[in-house]
Parts: sequence; structure tokens; C-alpha cells
Amino acid sequence: MTDRALSVVRAGALTTVQDLGRPGYAHLGVPRSGALDPRAAAVVNRLVGNPESAAVLETTLTGCAIRPRGPVTVAIGGAPCPVTVDGRPAAWGAPVRVAAGALLEAGCTTGGVRGYIAFAGGVAVDPVLGSRSTDLLSGLGPPPLADGVVLPLGRPVGPAARADVCVPWPAPPAELVLRVRLGPRADWFTDAALRAFTSGVYRVSAMSNRIGLRTEGPALERARDGELPSEGMVLGAVQVPPDGRPVVFLADHPTTGGYPVAAVVDERDLPAAAQAAPGTPVRFIPVR
Amino acid sequence: MTMRALPVGDRALLIELADGEEAEALHAELLRRRATGALPAVGEIVPAARTVLLDGLADPARLARELPGWEIPPLPARAEEAVEVPVRYDGPDLAAVAALWQVTEDDVAEIHSAAEFRVAFCGFAPGFGYLTGLPQRYAVPRRDTPRASVPAGALGLAGPYSGVYPRSSPGGWQLIGTTELELWDPARVPAALFAPGVRVRFVREGR
Repeated sequence: MTDRALSVVRAGALTTVQDLGRPGYAHLGVPRSGALDPRAAAVVNRLVGNPESAAVLETTLTGCAIRPRGPVTVAIGGAPCPVTVDGRPAAWGAPVRVAAGALLEAGCTTGGVRGYIAFAGGVAVDPVLGSRSTDLLSGLGPPPLADGVVLPLGRPVGPAARADVCVPWPAPPAELVLRVRLGPRADWFTDAALRAFTSGVYRVSAMSNRIGLRTEGPALERARDGELPSEGMVLGAVQVPPDGRPVVFLADHPTTGGYPVAAVVDERDLPAAAQAAPGTPVRFIPVR
Repeated sequence: MTMRALPVGDRALLIELADGEEAEALHAELLRRRATGALPAVGEIVPAARTVLLDGLADPARLARELPGWEIPPLPARAEEAVEVPVRYDGPDLAAVAALWQVTEDDVAEIHSAAEFRVAFCGFAPGFGYLTGLPQRYAVPRRDTPRASVPAGALGLAGPYSGVYPRSSPGGWQLIGTTELELWDPARVPAALFAPGVRVRFVREGR
């Protein structure tokens, strides 16, 4: 096999291949998928000279360990974590040259949830419907990484950033403030429920995943009974299931759903939502 | 046709109609306008039970203002070409459906394969189409207890809809038949044989 490949030594809690996702197929029931923190994925790609469309690894809380078969430039960003190469500390948030067969390790995050690892040339698994992203809802794209798996790498196209480059990273949120626009189904909830939603404090639930950021806090009481016939769902939709606890839809969200959407989160606030650890306070701020 | 355009965030509109037939007609008109360049750029057009979602609009408020002035022709009654799906009517719920319809199992196959269907919308899984076309009196409830695993190719009924499971999954639809046709293959163009608006006929085989 070519040396443009890497083997997975420790896959971590959940590590997936992600790129910009596969938008444009929602009408076929295909989720958009893609990196949950696209800003961080774009920065690590830029650091190693990749286009923004290159596939990276997205880690969850516990990082992962990788052994590239050939020499490769990598960059690790997103949620801060210790980085080592063959046990020696290496730079986080900057390009790092890893020798053939060396062990690159991203440790547990010291804040935030999702780390991103870019390799010069990108992770080159076969695309499905134009994307290499793992879609955990519908199972499209490569399965989550497992120990011992070998992934192909592409050919580098551009020069890596200078090693002394300094990138500003937003700190993982101590409090997650999500700007929302009410609707389309805010009228399914009582006025008291909407007041509680926009003035109460919620917390990020440990049940959150790539499909949705689940919350714990005041339950939203319905103003009407009955069922909503399935309707199209957008990224950032705040869907309220029968237990009344708002769920903010993230990249792997279903394309249609039957629970009412009380509000929609501004897309610019979703990268922070992807980095909010369980227990983080959440406030929903209505904007016009 | 009365349309209600509900804002969905800053970049989308949910257009609500009186029923599924109107939603299908609006969806067909949206595709026609997009094909002729008469629709502003849009990322996704997602029809559903009685709504159509337009996502990725630069100016949803403007489209919401223009929509009431649109002429929306009714759906043509028959299309020239339909996807033909060969089916063995051998599903485990065939007898239950025959009892609900108060006909024989053979009649279920005859009635179902005589109808002309249309994919109203997709959801639940990639390539899973909700097909309309059976007269309303043949609507059936979902099973009380969903099956933990329904095989790929199973043809089922739920409410007014017919559908074929594109791959093995849990499911609560009443299963009346089986097809070998591969409805979903992401490596093929088109990936989904059942896309919204597509006409479908089920062809009875193995008699």
C-alpha cells in the first residue's frame, strides 16, 4: 500500500471523517452532515495547505491516536487538547510535521468537545453523494473510526502555513448564548412556555450528539394537542419533543420531523453549540 | 389555493397548504419555476405532508410577499412515464390489510397494483418515499407494535401512504409485499428512484 495513509491506533470515544457535508439532498431524506464546528475544520485545513472542502477527523472529548505511514503535515484545532508526537509535546493549533510511522496523539480536551485534525492532502475515503462525511443518522459515509482501521490520504495541494502562524480560536463557551428567531411553530406553545424558553436557563444534556444538542431545563408546555404532520427541518431548528425539553438540531439532523419547532438558532452560533460540554448553561435570546 | 408562509430562521420559509394534494402541486410548480430560472436561488426544496420547506434563501421575506400572487396549476392527472416496481404481494400483514379493507388478499394485490402512485415526499431514511395514490378509504393505521427489523425491499402501508423500505430498519408500517428493485444506491445516478414528484406503478409478479 502507498504511504499516503494513516492507521488508527486509538479511535477515541467517537472520531468521524467530516468535510463540508452533503447539502442539497434533503428532499431525498439525506441529512446535510459535515463538521459540527465548520470554522475550526476550515482553520486546521488552512494550516496544512488544504482547501476548505478537504476531509478532516472530528474527535469527541477524548481525542485519538494516529500513525501516518509516510511523513505528513498535520494540524490539530477546535477544542484545545494536549498534542504529542511519539510522546513528546507538539504544537496545538499550528502545523506539525509528523515523520513516517511516528505516533501522533490528540489527548482529552481541556475545554470544549470537538477536536479537528487535518492532514495535508486530506482524508481521502471515497465520497458518497459528493461528501466524505460520516452521517450518524442515516449511516452514509465511512463508519466512525475503529482501532486498527487504515484511512487513505490525498496528495497535498498547497503549502502548509508557516510554523509560527498564530490563529485566534474562540474559547469554548462557559455559557452558551444562542440567538433564536421564534417560529415556525411557536404558536403550538403557551405564552408562559415561550417566556420560560427565552428567559430561563437550560443546561447542555449529556445525551447530546451530532444529531442534536439536547437540553435540560424548563419543559415547554403545549398550547394545543394533536400531532403535527411531518414537515421539513432546518439546521438549528429548536424541536420540542413530547417531554418539552428543547433540542437544537445539528448537522446530522433528520430532514423531516413531526414535533413542533419553537424557534431557529442563528447558524453563526452553532459552532459554539458544538463545543458546549454537558452541563454548560444555555440561554436562548430572541432576536428580530 | 391558500398558502401560509411561515418564516424559519433567517434563511428559510415553510409554506403551509390545506392538504397534501396542494403541497404536491406547489412542489411541482416550484420545480418548474426553478428549472426555468423563475425562482430565486434556493438550497433545498423539501416537500412534506402538507408543507414545502424552502431553505437557503437570500431573502425569504420577499418570496413570502410574492407567493400569494402565484398561479399554481393542479397536478396533471396522469403522467406518461412511471417508475415500475415489480412486487410479490407476500407481506406478513397482507391478511390484516385484507381484513381492514374487507376484501380478499388477492384483491389487495389487485387494488394496490392497479393504482397510480406519486412520491409526495421523502423522509425517515435516505430514499424512503411517501407515496400517495390509493383512495382514502384504503388508509390503514400503523401496526400497534413496530417491528424491530423490516427487511430492505418490504412494501408497506401506513395512513394514506405506501412506501418501500430502502434498507433494513425498524418500522411500523403494515407490510403487504416485497420488491427486489434497489430503490436507493448512493453510487448510482439517480441515487433515489423515489424522488418527490416521481410517478410510480407497482407491477404484480409471481402469480
